Amino acid sequence: MITIISNEILGKNSTSSKRADGRASDELRPFKIEAGVLQRADGSAYLELGGNKVIVAVYGPRELHIRRLMQPDRAVLRCRYNMAPFSVDDRKRPGPDRRSVEISKITSEALMPAVFLEKFPRSTIDVFIEVLEAEGGTRCAGITAASVALADAGVPMHDLVVACAAGKSEGEVVVDLSEVEDKNGEADVPVAIIPRTGEITLLQSDGNLTPEEFEKALNLAIDGCMKLSEAQKEAIIRRYGD
Amino acid sequence: MIKMGVTIIPEIIRESLNNLVKNGERPDDRSFDDYRDIYLETGVISKAEGSARIKIGKTQIMVGAKPQIGEPFSDTPNVGVLMTNSELIPMASPDFEPGPPDERSVELARVTDRCMREAGVIDLEKLCIIEGKKVWMIFLDLHIIDYDGNLMDAAVLGSMAALMDTKIPEAKVVDDEVVIDPEKKVPLPIKEKALMCTFAKIGGELIVDPSLEEEQVMDTRISIGMRADGSICAMQKGGIHPLNKDEILKAVERTGEITKKLMEHLPQNNQ
Repeated sequence: MITIISNEILGKNSTSSKRADGRASDELRPFKIEAGVLQRADGSAYLELGGNKVIVAVYGPRELHIRRLMQPDRAVLRCRYNMAPFSVDDRKRPGPDRRSVEISKITSEALMPAVFLEKFPRSTIDVFIEVLEAEGGTRCAGITAASVALADAGVPMHDLVVACAAGKSEGEVVVDLSEVEDKNGEADVPVAIIPRTGEITLLQSDGNLTPEEFEKALNLAIDGCMKLSEAQKEAIIRRYGD
Repeated sequence: MIKMGVTIIPEIIRESLNNLVKNGERPDDRSFDDYRDIYLETGVISKAEGSARIKIGKTQIMVGAKPQIGEPFSDTPNVGVLMTNSELIPMASPDFEPGPPDERSVELARVTDRCMREAGVIDLEKLCIIEGKKVWMIFLDLHIIDYDGNLMDAAVLGSMAALMDTKIPEAKVVDDEVVIDPEKKVPLPIKEKALMCTFAKIGGELIVDPSLEEEQVMDTRISIGMRADGSICAMQKGGIHPLNKDEILKAVERTGEITKKLMEHLPQNNQ
């Protein structure tokens, strides 16, 4: 059901690009998305993007046990972004840290605008994002996979939210930064959009960019989103037919 | 692992499963000594020094091994350390909650750890770099991503495979300083193989590799860890109902044959 893209083939790409792995500035790393990979979850998806391996499970809409979180007129959408201890070079201590808490929050905010939450008052939709291996850009990979998992769970949505990052590495504005580019890079701009309307549901930026560079990065990220969006739809079609 | 958080099992299902087993049958037509389909793949996480994806039926665990240099325990200054940790992440079941490890998760990690440690799977003395000061610590992390019964056997099988897949960088001592050569990787010194076999008691019978459906109605459970030479390295009984001596001895006897077959799923040599 799941095959793994080996990291070695990622670097092989000719052209005269300045990027470490030889990609063009608007080229994404190889990716694949699969829907419905887990037995117990109501919906699930698996995504590989370069060396990233992310698995997402969705439970719900289901009863919300924590009363103070309950909304009388709509469902709440809770996200938990978590990295496996073996997903990074130096073992990560299990459990939430400040980074994962923040990513969980912005992920749920990125997904919420697309979901018909008002159809499920007083309930919860839980999205669990597990990063099995990290190679730069995991929050975007998590959001892209989470949309597919939500669709797989049959949660009604306006559209599949999709996310992609762009940034600046070695003076050049490029899309989908790899781990090396991210670490040595000057800036990172993760973006999530609702493709049908072009609305942006997540936007972060760290690092220094001129307004022109920022605009270029934003456009590159949106272009990347559109490419991933096609793969999301294909994953759903592969699972359920057209 | 028997106590389910919120799932309520109707009495009628409990009864029909009990009757099924009494008649020598199981819901998925397996015999009492049969495992579900086992799928094992190693080297699945390139960032981990050793890794495995294990599936028994629909139960699925990712296991990663990561080495770190640390201080040995003061009572065993010349041996390395194996640390096992497990997370029943909420992805795996509607009954698992986020938060610190609960008792089920702690039991799973400790039983897995005991099975590997007591069997002497790793030659821990070879992981000593400077006696009393620096040793390799191997962190084994079990990431349960789909829970469909019998986590124990999957955890031990996956851990065994991940350890056999593990390669650590060569560490040398130069002027009392540890120098690591990340280019030169050596396999972990594996000296034993051990696996675990879990029985569930339903309808008075002991059945191997209980699925979730079976775990939810079982009276009690016994897990037996066994080395390749047939000696018992770990045992854990779970559940609130008792077992009698005969049942336990019979289970041990059956474990010998069953683990022999299970061993065939492991990679052939330590590479």
